[in-house]
Amino acid sequence: MIAIVDYGAGNLRSVQKAFEYLQVESQVVSSRAELRGADGLVLPGVGAFGTAAKRLRGSGLFDTVQEWLRSGDPFLGICLGMQLLFEGSSESPGVEGLGVFKGTCLPFKEGKVPQIGWNQIQIQEGSRLLEGVDDGSFFYFLHGYYVETGDTGMVTALTQYGVTYPSVVERGNVMAVQFHPEKSGELGLRLLQNWVESC
Amino acid sequence: MLATRVIPCLDVLDGRVVKGVRFKGLRDAGDPVELARLYNDQGADEITFLDIGASYRDREILVEVVERVSGEVFIPLTVGGGIRSVDDMRRILNAGADKVSVCTAAIKNPSLISAGSEVFGSQCIVLSADLKRVGRGWHAYINGGRDDTGLDGLEWIEEAERLGAGEILLNSIDMDGTREGYDLELTRKVSESIGVPVIASGGAGTPQQLVNAVIDGRADAVLLASLLHSGEFTIPEIKAYLRAQGVSVR
Repeated sequence: MIAIVDYGAGNLRSVQKAFEYLQVESQVVSSRAELRGADGLVLPGVGAFGTAAKRLRGSGLFDTVQEWLRSGDPFLGICLGMQLLFEGSSESPGVEGLGVFKGTCLPFKEGKVPQIGWNQIQIQEGSRLLEGVDDGSFFYFLHGYYVETGDTGMVTALTQYGVTYPSVVERGNVMAVQFHPEKSGELGLRLLQNWVESC
Repeated sequence: MLATRVIPCLDVLDGRVVKGVRFKGLRDAGDPVELARLYNDQGADEITFLDIGASYRDREILVEVVERVSGEVFIPLTVGGGIRSVDDMRRILNAGADKVSVCTAAIKNPSLISAGSEVFGSQCIVLSADLKRVGRGWHAYINGGRDDTGLDGLEWIEEAERLGAGEILLNSIDMDGTREGYDLELTRKVSESIGVPVIASGGAGTPQQLVNAVIDGRADAVLLASLLHSGEFTIPEIKAYLRAQGVSVR
C-alpha cells in the first residue's frame, strides 16, 4: 500500500487517481498510525513552502515523515514535496524544511513566474526513477521556486528555466521530482510505475 | 525549454460538447469524456472544459465528467463557467480538476480570486477575461460576452493578478469565431504588462495565426476550439507546424 500524506496542502485526488489507474493500492493518510503497513510514502504539495512546513508540523506529521526518511523506506516527494526535503526556502525565511538534503529554494528571476507548463529534463547518470524515459522528455511543471544545492551527487535530472536546476533527485530510496508525474501523461505514469516497483 | 501549450477547449452543455464538433472515427463526437481522451492521445498539453449552461444540473453533470476524465487522462484539466464561490471551486477540484477559471463572478466579486488563491494556491485560479475593443482600449465584458462592465480590460487583468490569479485566459470578443486570427495587439499588451502566463483565445483559423499569437502576441499558450473540433486540423499537425516555425512544443 502506498501512503499519500495529507497535511491540508492541496489536491491529492490526481495523485490518488494516477495510482488507481496503475492498479496500485493507495491511501490518503493524515496520522502516524495510518502509516502502519505502508510500503511507500508520497509527499505531495502545492502552494507556499512556509505554509506547507507549518501545516506539516501542526498536523504532527513533520516528525513522522522525517523518521520515515531516516528509515530508508521508499519515499517520493512531488513538487513542493521535493522542496520540503531541503533545508529551507527564501519564500519563507526562518522556516525549516525536513532537511534531509543540503540546499535551499530560490525564486525564478526570469520568465513568467510561476513556471507553468511542459518542460524538458536532462537526465544524469544513475536514475532508477527515469528508467525507460528518454533524455529531453517533457514533464508538467508548476512552481515559482527552484532548488539550489551544492550536493549534486543525488541530482538525476536537470531542467532549464532561466537557470538550470535539479528536477529529479534520488538518494537510496528517497526520491523526489519537481514536476507533476500525475499530470505528465504517459511518461508521468511510467515514472510512478518505476517508483512503485522500487517499493 | 518550456513548451508553448496547445489547449483544446470543450464547451459543455447538458453533458455534451457543443460548438460544431465534427470528428471522424469517433463513435460519438459530442461525448466530452471521449473527446478528452482523443485530444489527450493526440498530445494536448491540457484540456479546458467550459460549462456554458451553468445551471445547477449542468454543474452536476460536469462534475461527473471531470471525475471520469481525470481517472484516465493524466494531463492538467481546467474547468470554468458559472463558478461563483470557493465551495464551487472545491467541488470541481475534488472531482479531479487542477484549475478553475472565473470570469463574471470575479468581476462582480473580485475577492473570489483572492479567497480561491488563498485556499487552493494561485496556480489553481485562472482569470478568464472577455475583452472587447471600445474606443482606444478594451473593456471587460461579463455574462458570456453580452454585457459591458465599463471596466478597462487591461486594468482589470492587472488587478486580478494582484489578487492572486495564476494565469490569464484572454478572450477577444471581437475576434472570437471569426477565424481571422487572435487580437495580437491585445495579446501582446496583456502579456507584457503582467508576470503570469497568458493563454490566447478567440479567433484562431489557421496554424500560422497560432504562431503569430506566440511570436508577435507573446502568448504562453493557445486555446483552441473550432480549429480542432471542425476536424480540419489535428493536434499533431498543429504542433508540427508550430515546431517548423520555431515555436517550442512538446
